[in-house]
Amino acid sequence: MWMEHPGWVLFGTWVAALFTLGIATFLYKDNPVYKFCEAVFVGISAGYWFVSYFWQTLLPKLGYPFYAGVKTMFVGPAEWGWLVLLIPGTLGVMMLLRLVPKAGWIARWPLAFIVGYTAGLRLITFLQSNAMTQLQNSVQPVVRYDASGQFLGWESFNILLVTVGTFAGLFYFFFSQEHKGVFGRVARVGTWFLMITFGAAFGYTVMGRMSLLIGRLDFLLADWLHLIR
Amino acid sequence: MARQQQSEKCASHKPARMGRASGILLFLMLALSASVVFAQAPNGGAAPRSASDPQAADTKGDEGGSIMLRWTLSPDDSAGQVTGYEIFRAAKPDGPFQSVGFASRGSARFADGSTDDDSAYYYKIVTTGPGGSTETAVIGPARSTAEWFNSNRANVLVIGLLISGAVLYYIASARKGKKLFIRRIAGLEAVHDAIGRATEMGRPILYIPGIQDMDDVQTVAGVTILGYVARTIAEYDTKLEVPTSRSIVMSTARETIKAAFLSAGRPEKYSDDMVNYITDEQFGYVAAVDGIMVREKPATCFYMGAFFAEALIMAETGNSIGAIQIAGTAMPAQLPFFVAACDYTLIGEELFAASAYLSNEPRQLGSLKGQDVGKSIAMLAIAAGTALFTLNQILRVEWFASAGQWLKNLFIVN
Repeated sequence: MWMEHPGWVLFGTWVAALFTLGIATFLYKDNPVYKFCEAVFVGISAGYWFVSYFWQTLLPKLGYPFYAGVKTMFVGPAEWGWLVLLIPGTLGVMMLLRLVPKAGWIARWPLAFIVGYTAGLRLITFLQSNAMTQLQNSVQPVVRYDASGQFLGWESFNILLVTVGTFAGLFYFFFSQEHKGVFGRVARVGTWFLMITFGAAFGYTVMGRMSLLIGRLDFLLADWLHLIR
Repeated sequence: MARQQQSEKCASHKPARMGRASGILLFLMLALSASVVFAQAPNGGAAPRSASDPQAADTKGDEGGSIMLRWTLSPDDSAGQVTGYEIFRAAKPDGPFQSVGFASRGSARFADGSTDDDSAYYYKIVTTGPGGSTETAVIGPARSTAEWFNSNRANVLVIGLLISGAVLYYIASARKGKKLFIRRIAGLEAVHDAIGRATEMGRPILYIPGIQDMDDVQTVAGVTILGYVARTIAEYDTKLEVPTSRSIVMSTARETIKAAFLSAGRPEKYSDDMVNYITDEQFGYVAAVDGIMVREKPATCFYMGAFFAEALIMAETGNSIGAIQIAGTAMPAQLPFFVAACDYTLIGEELFAASAYLSNEPRQLGSLKGQDVGKSIAMLAIAAGTALFTLNQILRVEWFASAGQWLKNLFIVN
């Protein structure tokens, strides 16, 4: 492959490094270099995704099976399964009718189909994975003993904490009741649990972002400038 | 010389010594291996007798992709001469057979969950033990099929019907004029103020409906809230910008805003230019949105939908230009960033409640009330189950554990 030629690899490294620095200039302020890098990034990525969808989704999932199905009508044995492809194909064409001003309203039907099927499909998925699995794991004794009958204090405390947090969180997300009185106090405990969780998640994710930064610096200092090995 | 003789003497003794040492070592190894064999195989090392009466058939009441195998345990199973049953599968009766799983000693069934529906499969069950292995005759062909009703998930249907029933009941109540109470949500109270501020400052409003497609419920919620925001914007005559990262979201957002402007009686103010497609690429999209922020300096930024690593980058840029920021997402990893960088944040389900809260429309309010019924059921189940299991631990009464397990089983998804 010509792209694996050392000259091209070096060229690619230089382009990537200069664009990295170009995007990083945004830290100072908006400037022509950033605008250029932004425009190139957006343009190339939009084009890339178009090509990617065309070759990896449209053709293998609709174009090729459709063609193969139609072909069986002429060279046999005839198969009819491909007819189901007419549904997404028609919906796709209806979506494109948005480009025709007088027929633009037709594009609302495939949109309605997408939103409707999403809501129906996700209802079951969320009910199973979020609600029921969570519920199932939340039902457990808050007092624990080991096989010899010894009370497991720390483990019991952990489970109690999780149970209280789950309850208080559910109180917070209860919309039919004003957060006042005892209900309000429990909901406030729920808020505390949420905020502590967010704090921990914040720290955890910042550490993840630091590793991304280190990765980029490693590219600049090792792959590009060869200052470190 | 003496030293040389000594060394020669030692050398002449070496093979004999080595021979003795090797003999002792060999004896020890044999003794050790024999002890291991006798410890593991009481029958003196013979292979266990095979499992019998093997059967393979489609797993009933499932969504397909699974064949259930059953057999009668080897007579040597309880005697400890069996380690387990290995399941072999082939597309033809004469093979080649490949292992697809292993059932431990005492198990008389195995679900092969890696089958293609309507394809023929042949199986044999190999009983393994320390003394060797024996196999059943080849059985088959067996085919897996998907049933119309997955009885393993009947509990999902019942719970879904319960919640849906509650939603329908409250929608009907709301339509009959019953007033449904929804508690105040601070982040949504601020929406009007934020739009008003942008109007007074003469600066645009930026609305980001997340970076996922319309098959994500968070995007659906984000676009629904956009409808309400757009309607208020139409009344206030403020400039709106909606950059999107998915083409279908762009189309849906355009339709939503057009409908909102129409319902506000200002259809002439709508323009397709309010909504633009940028790119599907996550960080390319962020680079463009950040550019829009610093160049057009919107007075208000909304982030409503599904977000990933770009959440903090956008919220920080919005913060740096002094915009009022209202965010809403159900992505647990991104919520901390929005809480830190935005003025108001809708946490998780508040995002889905927002459209009902903002519109005050009976159908949506009824839906929200119905969901609260679902939460009540969840709280009662957790409280009852936890109490039963805890009482079992303290009082050691088995009935409590059985009742708790029964309750827990209601929520197990197979």
